[in-house]
Amino acid sequence: MKLVLERFTKRFGATTVIDGLDLTVADGEMIALLGPSGCGKSTTLFAIAGLHRVDGGRILFGARDVADVSAQARNVGIVFQNYALYPHMSVAQNIGFPLRVRGESTTQIDRKVRSIAGLVRIDELLDRRPAQLSGGQQQRVALARALVREPDVLLLDEPLANLDAKLRMEMRSEIRRVQLETGITAILVTHDQVEAMSMCDRIALMKTGQIVQISSPAEMYDNPADRYVASFLGNPSIAFLAADAGEELRLAGGQSLGPAGRLAGQGPLELGVRPEHYGPGKGPQLQGKVVMMETHGREDLFEVDLDGGGRLRAILPAGSGVRTGASVDWGVAVERLFAFSPKGARL
Amino acid sequence: MQPHHRSYWPIVAALTALSAPLVIMYVYQLIDTVTTTAPGSIIPNGITLQHWQFLSQPITRDGPTIWALAGNTLIFACSTAVVVTGVSLTAAYALSRLAMPGRGLFLGGLIVLHAFPTLTLIVAVFLILQYMGLYDTLTGVILVKVAFELPFGIWIMKGFYDSVPWEIEMAGVTDGASRFTVWRLLVLPQVQPGLAALLIFSFLSGWSEFILPLVLAPANAPQVLATYLAAIIADDRVADFSLFKAVSIFYALPVLAIYVIFQKKLMNIYGGGSKG
Repeated sequence: MKLVLERFTKRFGATTVIDGLDLTVADGEMIALLGPSGCGKSTTLFAIAGLHRVDGGRILFGARDVADVSAQARNVGIVFQNYALYPHMSVAQNIGFPLRVRGESTTQIDRKVRSIAGLVRIDELLDRRPAQLSGGQQQRVALARALVREPDVLLLDEPLANLDAKLRMEMRSEIRRVQLETGITAILVTHDQVEAMSMCDRIALMKTGQIVQISSPAEMYDNPADRYVASFLGNPSIAFLAADAGEELRLAGGQSLGPAGRLAGQGPLELGVRPEHYGPGKGPQLQGKVVMMETHGREDLFEVDLDGGGRLRAILPAGSGVRTGASVDWGVAVERLFAFSPKGARL
Repeated sequence: MQPHHRSYWPIVAALTALSAPLVIMYVYQLIDTVTTTAPGSIIPNGITLQHWQFLSQPITRDGPTIWALAGNTLIFACSTAVVVTGVSLTAAYALSRLAMPGRGLFLGGLIVLHAFPTLTLIVAVFLILQYMGLYDTLTGVILVKVAFELPFGIWIMKGFYDSVPWEIEMAGVTDGASRFTVWRLLVLPQVQPGLAALLIFSFLSGWSEFILPLVLAPANAPQVLATYLAAIIADDRVADFSLFKAVSIFYALPVLAIYVIFQKKLMNIYGGGSKG
């Protein structure tokens, strides 16, 4: 089902947390609300679920405005960070609870619980208690409980935050698989860019209650709307250099990157260089010294202090032989640079 | 393990010596109720069940039977337990979860009352009961006892509710359940240990209450065991220490039984919801 937020506003007391937010999620799409803590992403999610009262604007499920509809009457499924399973009930009772509340017959509940348990692959756990399950299994139960009543929207609030790294990778693809198989419209709230990029069709990047950019993961990475977006996505993260664009593009430290091209005459600005666009033979050379090297197995991460000032990060295939303290004259792929105004707008 | 145990022996010995007088007195209390002892002696010289005759006949000719008194005490303790627990269950939920006006004030008042020597209010309470026509009735004493116990009960239950994750209720609500259903089916089972502990605790508190029935229901009719026990020793017509000891044991037995049976549940009240 298509979901639309129109001029959605939320206040806590006198503080306006979200002011006139617009968001459209297409039917069957999975979208991520990505941002640092306190940016309003969970608030938005809880408002969609009906757990927070809406202070302005509309929330449309299909054509129906649910802004004033109670949480009980909204038909959303939600998965919480701590799963919020009911500890005194078995897995089957947990999953069947939404149906039981709705007054469905025991046989019907049993049939639906079995079918959804099959989908999330927990058939053999139905008689267990939540305390007897691993984190990943609890996650699956929570997902099954959210999906069993065929909700209009599936809401996921930091669902992977409590899992260890390996399980997180596994559950990432599992949640996406289930979402694709059921064709449900889903919203994922996360502060982890990798989760957002790997699981979702589109990402809405939020900052202080507003959506800064909304686009596909690849588009957002390659074409960030501003300095904030560029700095948020990418691991290891992008490096920024102060520079001045006259005839030529000159770094604050004095080194030159050659003709300024389309940036000519912009004056003081900031350049964003992703680690993969800095390295041996990538473009105009800059003199610098390696101050830090980290081995990541398949590749090595370097931090280079440029002569005259500025620090860049480079990611190179393992085995380059470069050590901490070495002087390097690696180049910057000038055509892949991002330029930002002093206020952070993309140039 | 063995050497480890041995190091405790001096402490155990010291504690045994310190508590010996109490233990000996309790043993004698038990022995005295079934024996006769010559004046000035501490060695019993005969076995008798006469001190336990109060079980089958009233102690004073026109007085109440022990069973009527025990019944009164039972009604008093049970009513206290049920009302305290019932009110605490709902009031504590409201204080823990609902954004109601005056919540802060109420919580503050609760803490003050919890620490307040409520017995100093007894004169005011007496006047109110008198005015309401509940003075010298069991109902009146129960009401006052409940009021005195509630700050403790609500505070304890609030602790249990506070430890139930919000998300469980949020999940329940999005699952389509009403707030009441959420409370009944999802939250109540989580605070069940607190409920059981509070029920037992307030029962015991009611069972052993002495001052309130003494002051607020002094006449013969609604006497409870505690005040009756005091009356036995005060009454110079039947001043009989062996009888007093026997009635004491009769009075203490239910308490002991409850402690033995429910000690695990009672411990919960101090563990106040450490499980999530």
